[in-house]
Amino acid sequence: MNLTLKVWRQKNEKDKGAFVTYQVDGISHEMSFLEMFDVLNERLIQKNEEPIAFDHDCREGICGMCSMFINGRAHGPWTRTTVCQLHMRAFKDGETIVIEPWRAKGFPVLKDLMVDRSAFDRIIAAGGFVSVNTGNPQDANCLPVPKHDADESFSAASCIGCGACVASCKNSSAMLFVAAKVSQLALLPQGQVERKQRALSMVAQMDAEGFGNCTNTGSCEAECPKGVSLTHIARLNREYLMANIAE
Amino acid sequence: MNLEQFINSSLGRKTVMAATGLFLCVFLVEHLYGNLLLFFNDGGVAFVQYSHDAVHSIIIRSIEVFLFVAILLHIVQATYLTRQNNNARPVKYAVYKVGETSNWFSRNMGITGSLIFFFIVVHLWQFFLPYRITGEIGGEGQMNVAQAVKLAFQNGWYVSLYVVSVAILSFHLNHGFQSAFRSLGLNSRKHAQLLSLAGSFFAFIIVGVGFASFPILFYFGIAGSTI
Repeated sequence: MNLTLKVWRQKNEKDKGAFVTYQVDGISHEMSFLEMFDVLNERLIQKNEEPIAFDHDCREGICGMCSMFINGRAHGPWTRTTVCQLHMRAFKDGETIVIEPWRAKGFPVLKDLMVDRSAFDRIIAAGGFVSVNTGNPQDANCLPVPKHDADESFSAASCIGCGACVASCKNSSAMLFVAAKVSQLALLPQGQVERKQRALSMVAQMDAEGFGNCTNTGSCEAECPKGVSLTHIARLNREYLMANIAE
Repeated sequence: MNLEQFINSSLGRKTVMAATGLFLCVFLVEHLYGNLLLFFNDGGVAFVQYSHDAVHSIIIRSIEVFLFVAILLHIVQATYLTRQNNNARPVKYAVYKVGETSNWFSRNMGITGSLIFFFIVVHLWQFFLPYRITGEIGGEGQMNVAQAVKLAFQNGWYVSLYVVSVAILSFHLNHGFQSAFRSLGLNSRKHAQLLSLAGSFFAFIIVGVGFASFPILFYFGIAGSTI
């Protein structure tokens, strides 16, 4: 495949940045999108040019590091896919592909396609944890959790914190991420002790980070590589309201 | 309850949007009930009586205050949230195919809301204000309210404006109704589809078909022949 890539290049946080066009030839359909970038970077290094900085880690679709906005979509055109699992067969020979970093006030660009997602870490640090000592794993069924709750909690826990929800939302809202993290613990016995404070603290931190407000458009759910549902947003609203009433 | 913290939070503001929005939906149902009296073949007597009672009832007048407060709060919060949302992405995407993942009307509630507000102003100016202030419409007891409605719906431009506005309102509510329930936390995986269907039914059938039927049926002379 021969492709034209329009890639966002930005030296550092303060640089204004601009698109740079690259012609990439001899790309296989079987390569992942990141492997295509590896090939491009090898060629740039051989030409003594600065390689393109982009985040990546596991390349198995589970770590949430890869964060490219490809042709107007978070993680590219395939649904429920991270960039590392997006393969070049998703594109046509001769196609022009525009690649941008996540755009949000809460995710400042560090360099090229890398953004600083530590806002998510600070939201987790505000309350997305269980501080009671739960000891060693219990025997099965020692602590009964209804099947429905376990499934709901697990579906929320599948969030990998990639930030595609923020990137795709027209308001750059982090609601789906916060909702997933609050839901995951609110549904389990271990999460009950700090349940109310968690909702209050995590929402306060989310607001402080400069993310927008949820208008229930559903883009986050559609773009989430793990299919985290809007249902969790309803639960977060409920948790937050109840926590405020109880306070 | 820590009201200050709640009301200043993003979720608190959305709760206000949702609660005022649903309150306005209840008003729409009440308004529709009143309008439906126009379809009685009684020369508009029931509708005139209803309008008279509405203006002279202490209860209705008290609720009226809440209604205007709700409209004001809905607009103020929407403006504040929209400004915040616009600031949340200082550098825009060069290519942004958000249309592939969400519906146009869900993303442009501000535009549809502004158009509805414009219609509300026109609508209040034409019917509500003169009747509410002078107790009469169309000058010196020449007409009763039912006749004023019939006259207004002879005007093709006004009928078009009314129908288009109702259509816009329907799309606004199609997103707003189910969205309000989610903002209030009253939605779950089990009920999500049901709520979405109920929202569409309310928006397009009850409000859409309901309100659009008056100008259309009056304009074509199908209704109101006895008025």
